[in-house]
Amino acid sequence: MTSRVTTFTEPAALRWQSVSPAAGAAMLAVLGLLSSDYVTTVLGFAFIYAIFCTGLNFFMGYTGQASFGQSAFAAIGGYGSAILCTDLGWDPVLALFATMALSGVAAVIVGYPTLRLRGHYLAMATFALGLIVYEITIEWTSLTQGYMGYAGIPPLGIVGFELPTVKHQLVALVVLALFGVAVANRLRRSRFGRALAAIAGSEPAALALGIDVARYKLIAFVIAAIYASAAGSLFAHFVGFISPEVFGVTMVVQSFTMLYLGGIGTVWGPMIGAVIVSVLPEALRGLKEMQDIAYSAILILVLIFVPRGLAGLSSLFARFRRNTEPL
Amino acid sequence: MALLSVDNVTKRFGGLVANQSISFDVGDNELLAVIGPNGAGKTTLFNLISGFFPPTSGTVRFDGRDITGQPSHKVAAAGLVRTYQLVQLFSQLTVAENVEIGSHRVTRGGVGGALFRPDWFRREERSVREGARELLHFVGLEGQADLPADKLPYGRQRLLEVARALAAKPRLLLLDEPAAGLNTQETEALADVITRIHRGGTTIILIEHDMSLVMKIAQRIVVLDFGKKIAEGTPAEIRAHPDVIAAYLGGTEVVDA
Repeated sequence: MTSRVTTFTEPAALRWQSVSPAAGAAMLAVLGLLSSDYVTTVLGFAFIYAIFCTGLNFFMGYTGQASFGQSAFAAIGGYGSAILCTDLGWDPVLALFATMALSGVAAVIVGYPTLRLRGHYLAMATFALGLIVYEITIEWTSLTQGYMGYAGIPPLGIVGFELPTVKHQLVALVVLALFGVAVANRLRRSRFGRALAAIAGSEPAALALGIDVARYKLIAFVIAAIYASAAGSLFAHFVGFISPEVFGVTMVVQSFTMLYLGGIGTVWGPMIGAVIVSVLPEALRGLKEMQDIAYSAILILVLIFVPRGLAGLSSLFARFRRNTEPL
Repeated sequence: MALLSVDNVTKRFGGLVANQSISFDVGDNELLAVIGPNGAGKTTLFNLISGFFPPTSGTVRFDGRDITGQPSHKVAAAGLVRTYQLVQLFSQLTVAENVEIGSHRVTRGGVGGALFRPDWFRREERSVREGARELLHFVGLEGQADLPADKLPYGRQRLLEVARALAAKPRLLLLDEPAAGLNTQETEALADVITRIHRGGTTIILIEHDMSLVMKIAQRIVVLDFGKKIAEGTPAEIRAHPDVIAAYLGGTEVVDA
């Protein structure tokens, strides 16, 4: 599936399409604040994943490349923040930025040779990257404490001012996720974003127009890694505990589901997908043993009937309204 | 001095010699056509010039600089922009966006500009959009600006590819069989566009099978056959050249077409 919804419609429709998901996110946050801590926690995970997927969307959606190893950078962020804040007593925000920078550097080092590969080969190489980092988190016990995991990670906060409850943290996560989407939107609507779209569309054509394809792929990979790292750090602070499984293959599968369900290559798709894939299993909990079946059936139906993802629905709806307006 | 000089260029693929010791010059603001039967090595020659792969031997100089073996994006960045025989559009993007991407070479905004949107960045973005509108008008696609590129009829996709290449403000434009698969009216519209680009001061090299188009618009013609240059001259000279008639035209009826 390579569909990318990047059509620029008239300003009014554009504004409507970009404001309503933000309002939706804000409403979810309010809902989370009024509900039990359990619901708040589920929503918190959803917005952490939204950040992860918004980054992944740079590489997979805008640039049209496959990466199965973004979980590696989430692990760098998560373990980095855990170690810096727990053992060395760093401020969470400082640790967040430091690990983002570290992940960016790691992405350059790993990406420079790897991104010469294309298609399935690139997918395999990035998958290997994820597995290698997973193994490291298990085996390097003096650094990561192995299967035991890292406990006692302080909650998110700024210069000594901690966010004491999950509800406080949910607000912070929603704000950060919206900020992440805003940044993605700005980057997409620029010469830089157009160059990425050109690579997704046709590499020969991009080269013939003077676009340094290798360089732009690397930048997209680094941006995706920085987002993934931030998501990993936020996860560590939100839960207070991390172990190797958190950043395993499940994370990759989850994020792919979110990306395709929400709409790959769209600005809001990653967040929409992240929220729905996180919340849906909880909403179906009442079905007991049928829960997984219902969940899978809904995913399949969405992918059959809305192959461009749910973010494409709003533009469909807008077009429908235009077409049915009386003359 | 010549804008482009191809000097003794040879390209071998294993035992096959696709281009053998080809030399020619293209002057500033010239419109040169490269013709030859299928498999004569025309597209290989374009790939060598545009840096898609390096020649086995020989040199390519553009604007006084040796560009032999340089990667294609660098050759393009230097102002030598090509189109492809098989249309290579960004099919999921709109017609206007396709042309906007074309301006990559002549703009400079990066990640920082996109994030902080300073004045120069917004001016640049505005001029990119306006430039794209003008170019769409120039090739007659202004009414389809917001359509996805793959929804255009084939002939118009060709025009879009030319408009996109023009957005890069090329000093030398390489057009690889732009009229392939076009009907008579579409070919005429294309010929008109090419002539106007040329009159606007852009140097053009054109690979083409449509002889009537070549004879009508080219100032000079290079003829390839089996990887070798067999003739070079004005349309009138080429029409009368015995080797060309034997190798390629096969009879006068094609020339008269």
